[in-house]
Amino acid sequence: MSQATIDADSRPNPLGVGADHPDYLRADSGLRSWLLTKDHKRIALMFYVGVILFLGLGGVFALVLRTELLTPEQTFIDANTYNQMFTLHGITMVWLFMIPAVPTVFGNFVLPIMLGAKDLAFPRINLASFYIYVLSAIILLGAMLAGGADTGWTFYVPYSTTSPTAVTWMGIGIFVNGISSIMTSVNFIVTTHTMRAKGLSWHRMPLFVWATYATSIIILFATPVLGMSLVLLALDHAFGLSLFNPRYGGDPVLFQHLFWFYSHPAVYIMILPSFGVISEVVCSFSHNQPASYRAIAYSSLGIAFIGFFTWGHHMFVAGLSEFDAGVFGALSMFVAIFSAIKVFTWVATLRGGSISFATPMLYFLWFLFLFVFGGMTGVAVATQSLDVHWHDTYFVVAHFHFIMVGGTLTSFLAAAHYWFPKMFGRLYDERVGLLTSVAVFIGFVFTFLPQFLLGNGGMPRRYFTYPERYQWLNVLSTGGAWLLGAGLLLALGNLLLALKWGKRAGPNPWGSRSFEWITASPPSKHNFEETPDIERSAYDYTLSEEVARERAKAR
Amino acid sequence: MSAQRLVEQFESLEKQDHAARLAMWMFLGSETLLFGALFAAYAYYRGMYPDEFVQALHHNSVALGTTNTVVLITSSFTVALGVHFIRENKARLTAGLFVVSTLFGAVFLVVKGIEYSHHIHENALPSGMYTFIDKPPAGVVLGYTLYWFMTALHGLHVIAGMIMLAVVALLCWKGRYGAHRNVAVENVGLYWHLVDVVWIFLWPLFYLTD
Repeated sequence: MSQATIDADSRPNPLGVGADHPDYLRADSGLRSWLLTKDHKRIALMFYVGVILFLGLGGVFALVLRTELLTPEQTFIDANTYNQMFTLHGITMVWLFMIPAVPTVFGNFVLPIMLGAKDLAFPRINLASFYIYVLSAIILLGAMLAGGADTGWTFYVPYSTTSPTAVTWMGIGIFVNGISSIMTSVNFIVTTHTMRAKGLSWHRMPLFVWATYATSIIILFATPVLGMSLVLLALDHAFGLSLFNPRYGGDPVLFQHLFWFYSHPAVYIMILPSFGVISEVVCSFSHNQPASYRAIAYSSLGIAFIGFFTWGHHMFVAGLSEFDAGVFGALSMFVAIFSAIKVFTWVATLRGGSISFATPMLYFLWFLFLFVFGGMTGVAVATQSLDVHWHDTYFVVAHFHFIMVGGTLTSFLAAAHYWFPKMFGRLYDERVGLLTSVAVFIGFVFTFLPQFLLGNGGMPRRYFTYPERYQWLNVLSTGGAWLLGAGLLLALGNLLLALKWGKRAGPNPWGSRSFEWITASPPSKHNFEETPDIERSAYDYTLSEEVARERAKAR
Repeated sequence: MSAQRLVEQFESLEKQDHAARLAMWMFLGSETLLFGALFAAYAYYRGMYPDEFVQALHHNSVALGTTNTVVLITSSFTVALGVHFIRENKARLTAGLFVVSTLFGAVFLVVKGIEYSHHIHENALPSGMYTFIDKPPAGVVLGYTLYWFMTALHGLHVIAGMIMLAVVALLCWKGRYGAHRNVAVENVGLYWHLVDVVWIFLWPLFYLTD
C-alpha cells in the first residue's frame, strides 16, 4: 500500500478506485500469466474469446442450413448432412454459446466488482471451470469431426441410441460442459452470499447480481439431471445399457422427462442473466432507479422456481394426459406473469428518467420487442390445443429463436457494448454501433418472423425439402439470416477496432451509479485496495457520492 | 499459521470458512439431484412394472444389503466423531478415526463385489448384456439395470469419498488441520454423510421392498 492510495478522508481519485495501480491487463505480462491466472477478469476475457468463437461456429452451421432451404429441393447438401448441421448448430449454440455466454463472460467480470470484492470466492475453481469448458468444447468438436450427430440437439431416444454417429462422445462432452457450469454457479452463489462489501445488503445489490444468482440456482439443481440422462444415453449408445429401450420394457418418454427437466430450465439459464444485463442498461441510461427494485429481483427468483415445473409442455403430443398437459400449460404461463412484471418495470423505469441514447439502449429496445413478441407466442404454444397444431413445426422454431436468440443475443451485445469501456478502458464508435445494431435487428426479424407463418402454414422443422408454396418465406428467412450474420460480424469488427483505436473512456462514461463503475476502467488487478463501504443502493441517482461517503464514515 | 491461510480475496477467516462450507452444501445439493434423476426413473418404472420389480429384487440378499447399511452408518459415525475431535484439536485421533472410516468403506466395497459376483452367476445383469435367448421379461431387466447402475454410481461415490478421507487423514496426521483449521475436515465429513444418506435410500428400494 503506497501513500498514493485513498483513505477515507482524502478526495477519491477522479479516475476511479485503483487508478493508480496498473490495470488488470497490464499487471502481469506473458502467456503464463494469462493461462494460469486466477483473476476473474482475465478468466472472463478468455471465456469471451471462447464463446465468440462458438457463436461464429454455430452461426456458420445456421447459414449452411438456411442456404440449403433457399430452394424447395436439394440445394447444395444432402439430407444426411442437413441433419448433422441442425444438430451441431443446436449443440454448439445451446451449450457452448448461450448457456455460458452472459454468466461466464460478464458475470465473471462484473459480479465481484459489483459486490465490492477483490475476486470470486474460489478463483482456482473459476480457472478450472474455464479449462473444463475448453475440454468439453474439444470433446464436442472432436465428436463433430469424428462422425457428428444427426439426432437433433435433444437426443431423443430411441433413434439416438442406435444412430451411427458419435452420440456417445457428444453426451460425454455435454456432461463435462455441465460440470463447468456447476462450478461457475457454485462460485457465484457463494460469492454473493459471503463477499458483499460492508453495508451492501441484499436489497442494495445491482440487479445483475440478482439475475446471476437466480441463474446459478437453476444451473446447480437442473444440470445434474441432464448429466445423468446423457450418461445413460452415452452408455446406451456405447454398450446397450438401456433404461429407455422398449425392448427391455423401457419408456422413451422417460428420457424426454429427464431431458426437459434440465433443458427447459436451461432456457431460463439463457435468459435470466440477460434480464440482469437489461436491468443494468435501462437504469444506467435512464439515470433513474428501477420502478420497482424488488419486483425485478424477486421475479428472477420466481422464474427460477417455476421454471422447474414447466418441462412437460415440451411433451404435449408425447402421450401426456390432458389433465397433465393442462397443468403444465398453466404453470408455463406463470413464467409469462413474471416476465411481464419485468417488462413493465423496465418500461416504467424509463418514465421520469433522463434518457441518454447509446447502442446498449438500442439493444434494449430490440430486446423488448423480440422478448415480448416471442413471449406472447410462448403463452400460445403453452396452450395444449394450439401446440398440437404447432408442435415440431417452424412456429416452435421461430418462437424459441425469438426468445432465446432475441433475448440472449441482443442482451449479450448490449452487455458487450455497455461494459466495453469497463473492460478495456476505451469507447467504441457509437455510430457504427447503432448501425450494426439496426442491421442485427432487421436481419433477425427477417429471419424468424417468416418462420411463424411457415410453421402456422404447416412446414415441419428439421426437414430439408419443402413444397413450392413455402419458398418465398424461406427466401426471406435466408436473406435475413445472411444479414444477421453480417451485422454480427460488423459489430464484432467495431469492437475489435475500438480495442486499439477507441477513445479513452474514463472511469464512468455512461454516468452510471452501479458499483462496478466506482473502480477505474479498466480495473486494477484487485479491483479495490480495500473493501469499499457502501451507503446507498446501486441505483441511487439522487444521493451524491460525497454524502454517501460521509454517512459511511459516520457509521 | 492461520494468518497465512487467509487468501487475498477474503476479509476474514470467518467469511472464508463460511464460503467453503456453503460451497460444499451447494455441491451436495447438486449431487442429490444427480441421484434424484435415477430415483425418479426408479419410481417411474416401479409404477409401470410392480410385479417384475419384485421378481428382480428377489435376487438381492437382505442380509448382505443390511450388513452394508450397518457398515456405512458405522463409518459415518466414526467420521462424525473425527469431525468432533478435530474441533478439540485432537488431530491424530481424527486421523485414526478417518482411517477406520476408510477401511469401513473398503469393507462396503468388498461386500458389494460379493453381491455383484452372485448376480453375475444368477444371470441378473443390466440390459445390453443378454443374448436373445436368455433374456428375462422386460420389466425385470429394467429392475436389474437400475440396480446395477445406481449401486455402481454410488460405489464410485464411495471410492471418491474414501480417497478424500484418506488424504484428509494423512494431512491431519501431519498436523495441517486442527481446531483453528477444520473446514476441509468438516466438508469431507459432509461428503461422506451424503454417500451414506444415498445408500440409506438405496437400501429399502433394492432390498426391503420385495
